[in-house]
Amino acid sequence: MSVDKSMNVLIVDDYKTMLRIIRNLLKQIEFNNVEEASDGGEALAKLRAGQFGLVISDWNMQPMTGLQLLQEVRADARLKSTPFIMITAESKTENVVAAKQAGVSNYIVKPFNAETLKEKIEKVLGNA
Amino acid sequence: MHDLHRPNGLREPGGRAELALRLQSAPLPSRDELEDIIRSVISTMRGDLTGQETSLLTEVEELGRTIAAAKAEIAALQVDDITDSHIPSATDELGAIVDHTAAATNAILEVCETLDLLAGEVSGGQAEKLNDATTRIYEACSFQDITGQRISKVVVTLKTIETKVAQILATFRRPDDLSAPPPPVVSAEAALLNGPQLPAEAMGQSEIDRLLASFE
Repeated sequence: MSVDKSMNVLIVDDYKTMLRIIRNLLKQIEFNNVEEASDGGEALAKLRAGQFGLVISDWNMQPMTGLQLLQEVRADARLKSTPFIMITAESKTENVVAAKQAGVSNYIVKPFNAETLKEKIEKVLGNA
Repeated sequence: MHDLHRPNGLREPGGRAELALRLQSAPLPSRDELEDIIRSVISTMRGDLTGQETSLLTEVEELGRTIAAAKAEIAALQVDDITDSHIPSATDELGAIVDHTAAATNAILEVCETLDLLAGEVSGGQAEKLNDATTRIYEACSFQDITGQRISKVVVTLKTIETKVAQILATFRRPDDLSAPPPPVVSAEAALLNGPQLPAEAMGQSEIDRLLASFE
């Protein structure tokens, strides 16, 4: 499967350490154009101002959560088809169901490994 | 014949209804006033009671003594220390753990990033080994996020305990204020945010994958 690894990827997390980890893991699978946001509001502003091929977001952030960001993205005519992966420690059935109902492309539970990240990205971009 | 067991208001037709109306509109007595009323009623009734009623009254008196003893014990516990010192101190200690682990994790990540740069300067097989090693370190470093979230959950629990202790103290110190504060309003999404689950309770990635697949 051929995936365009030159695309811009937006990673969203309120833990700076986590942003750094995801950025490095993405770099190792050759996604080098990575931008960061520390909450849903900042992410939405960046998405509206730029061109991103993939969003990878945490859920539990303030003031705008990852789920709210996802809902905003899916409600925006220009952004609605952007692939969106939720990476979160929330692992209850109701969380996965709520994210799916909001239109999440895939869901990764923390802690995760590089292989899972790579596999989900390929699956999501393959279906995009 | 004069009925000693009934107060005046209850002898007349409709007396119960009238008393109920008066009770509804009357201000609630304080706990101390209530205790005094019960005590004085009991002392005037004692000679007119049946065996069963006497037994019930004895139990009520015992209950009153238990409550008084509990009040004295709580007063002697120095519970103020819990809200003024112990819980804030525990919260600060947990915050310090988060800060220290974040600093240590960032130091490890910095070294890893240096190793990544070195991997670009060495030959194929060694570069791959270096990349594999740093990948595993990056993966392991995500512990800081998980432990941070777990500690945040403990801090929330401690704050809940602090609030409950303060409520108990307020109830015993201000007998007139018996009403509990309303529970905090939680939004539908906030109810979904519970942080990391314990391993025995959490869904794994493969279970999540199956659940997602069931929608397709």
